[in-house]
Amino acid sequence: MKKSLGAVAVAAAVALSLSACNGSSSEESAKGEISYWLWDANQLPAYQQCADDFTKANPDVTVKITQRGWDDYWSTLTNGFVGGTAPDVFTNHLGRYGELAENNQLLPIDDAVEQNNIDLSAYNEGLADLWVGQDGKRYGLPKDWDTIGLFYNKAMLAAAGISEDQMKDLTWNPEDGGTYEKVIAHLTVDNSGKRGDEPGFDKNNVDVYGLGLNGGGDSSGQTEWSYLTNTTGWSHTDKNPWGTHYNYDDPKFQASMDWFAGLADKGYMPKLETTVGAAMADTFAAGKSAINAHGSWMIGQYTGYQGIEVGIAPTPVGPQGERASMFNGLADSIWAGTEKKDAATKWVAYLASADCQDVVASKAVVFPALKASSDKAAEAFAAKGVDVTAFTEHVKNKTTFLYPITDNTAKVKGIMEPAMDAVVSGKAPASSLTAANEQVNALFK
Amino acid sequence: MTTLAKHSRSATPASPSSKPRGGFRQSGDLRIALFFIAPALIGFVFFYLVPTVRGIYLSFTEYNILGDPEWVGMENYQAIAKDPLFWNSLAVTGQYVFLNIVLQTALALGLALLMHQVAKSTIIRGALLLPYLMSNVIAALLWFWMLDYQIGVVNQFIDWAGLPRVAFFGSEEWAIPTQALINTWRHMGYTALLIFAGLQAIPGHVYEVAKLDGASAWQTFRKITTPLLRPVLVLVLVVTVIGSFQVFDTVAVTTGGGPVNATRVIQYYIYQRAFTESDFGYGSAIAVILFLILALVAFIQMKFLKGNESDLD
Repeated sequence: MKKSLGAVAVAAAVALSLSACNGSSSEESAKGEISYWLWDANQLPAYQQCADDFTKANPDVTVKITQRGWDDYWSTLTNGFVGGTAPDVFTNHLGRYGELAENNQLLPIDDAVEQNNIDLSAYNEGLADLWVGQDGKRYGLPKDWDTIGLFYNKAMLAAAGISEDQMKDLTWNPEDGGTYEKVIAHLTVDNSGKRGDEPGFDKNNVDVYGLGLNGGGDSSGQTEWSYLTNTTGWSHTDKNPWGTHYNYDDPKFQASMDWFAGLADKGYMPKLETTVGAAMADTFAAGKSAINAHGSWMIGQYTGYQGIEVGIAPTPVGPQGERASMFNGLADSIWAGTEKKDAATKWVAYLASADCQDVVASKAVVFPALKASSDKAAEAFAAKGVDVTAFTEHVKNKTTFLYPITDNTAKVKGIMEPAMDAVVSGKAPASSLTAANEQVNALFK
Repeated sequence: MTTLAKHSRSATPASPSSKPRGGFRQSGDLRIALFFIAPALIGFVFFYLVPTVRGIYLSFTEYNILGDPEWVGMENYQAIAKDPLFWNSLAVTGQYVFLNIVLQTALALGLALLMHQVAKSTIIRGALLLPYLMSNVIAALLWFWMLDYQIGVVNQFIDWAGLPRVAFFGSEEWAIPTQALINTWRHMGYTALLIFAGLQAIPGHVYEVAKLDGASAWQTFRKITTPLLRPVLVLVLVVTVIGSFQVFDTVAVTTGGGPVNATRVIQYYIYQRAFTESDFGYGSAIAVILFLILALVAFIQMKFLKGNESDLD
């Protein structure tokens, strides 16, 4: 074992000195086919076009794109790292890259940023910094971002006598739920046509729920509850990125969660047990809920349903007078084991450039990371008749907070998922999260 | 390898007396024997023996697959003993196995008797196997949609009947029974076929004698069919119990361990710890424990149900 390691080291040293001397070895790594993985099928056409354009500009490099669903993506990728078949470049997630960087699976791209004169300030604020690891090295270049908004069924709003302007000025607090709860209650209709705020409302036989439910939200509550809990001044961790202490034991947070779980108890939101199965967006399309809080990556799906007029409102203003939305961003990273380092670097730089991000913007599926391209995407959405200010407003007004980036994210999720399910399903009070929080924080000791 | 060589040598002494060129025969036999054994042996070594030994080794390490395994002794096992999710997974798996085996065996036995005495048509017999021809994942997803709370066809019928809708996969009470029923539906045809083969092996004259003695149908079943079928039934039980303990795919594609921890069966928990949370040492340790449990269960079944003896002798 030792001997072979030594041999590898010698070979690596020789390769390094060679490339330092005359760069002849980089010729090999700058040519040929590189592989690229992503998980969102909706974005595949945009990136396929980027790949075609890239090959046109760099004829000796071709890009083979593979799309894999989110459920298999990470385990297949891990197998690839171990088996040596991982893609040269892949779409990376904030919740995952810390662990990958720590295990030396990602190639730092600081040099590439310098060589290509990439202007990091051209990206929407904070997006580029998210990809600087604990060791101070940069492991990805931002490609897109997302925030949370309220998708609503226009016909149901009209029937309930709620104006779209009202939707833009919703307020919320954990005590009585503010105007947000009032609207949700009024939009809820039971089987005999009684609304949620009328006497005689039957909470056990609800036809249309005021608010749809996606799930318990596990550790981040990205689309489920974080747009509410984080308006109270609460945040997931002591600092972000690279916090080492989670705050699920905060009374402010637990009060918010008790209010949230209470919606199901009042009959305004489906019970958690009924949401296992059909996706929340599909039940919205089937007319089972009037408002769905969901991410900007779902715009295409919600506005694409036939026969339903969908509007998008910003998330409600919280007790501190501000809205809040989780701000999540993806990036492209290079696998440390790539044999086509130079070609891969070039491709990552291209993906992060205006050339590619404008193409992505024109397809109106997600918001690209570059500020200028984001504006183009908003225009593209507008051209399709979709007003996306509910999502862009968060970024403009700086009411976003970052996806919690820490170590052990998979284990934190493993602990918090059942704990949150128990709370949201009403099986346990939110105070039970204190015990789960202790388990979580024990991971960081 | 050594045991193989020993076997082939100890088996030969009978032949040299009749065959003068015994020396040649001997090595020729060994070579041919090895040739025929090789495929199974290679498969066994590479896909069973090596992974098992490596799994046992990994269970004493901390290993996140991307780094190197680090020896931690009994730490994983000590942590497992105190892990409420592990004990929960045992209880949940036990509940699943119980429901699945009782229902599956009873229904399969009934079906086998029907196949044996009533349904002689090959088409009908073949049709019973149809669910088994479907992959587990497809069967699970099919029922996942049909049993959906909001838009599933089964709940639509329940609704029409004036009964409250049932969250088959979403409620903690229903999640395990639902999955046990789905897998019963998928497997009972196959199990019935095994039992049916056992029924056919019972000689007809035994039944004729019983008939002459005026035994009723129930008496014949109790006193003749059941005891003579025992070796087959034991085999079926050993195989289905082991298979049932390993329930994974149905859970993985439907509830993913939820609601809360209601379907976090042991195999899913192993997968979660190892592949989702990159704790391969811990996952391996649970897998070793499962291995021991299954070995014990199989041993008890063989020992107390006397699966390797037949009453026909």
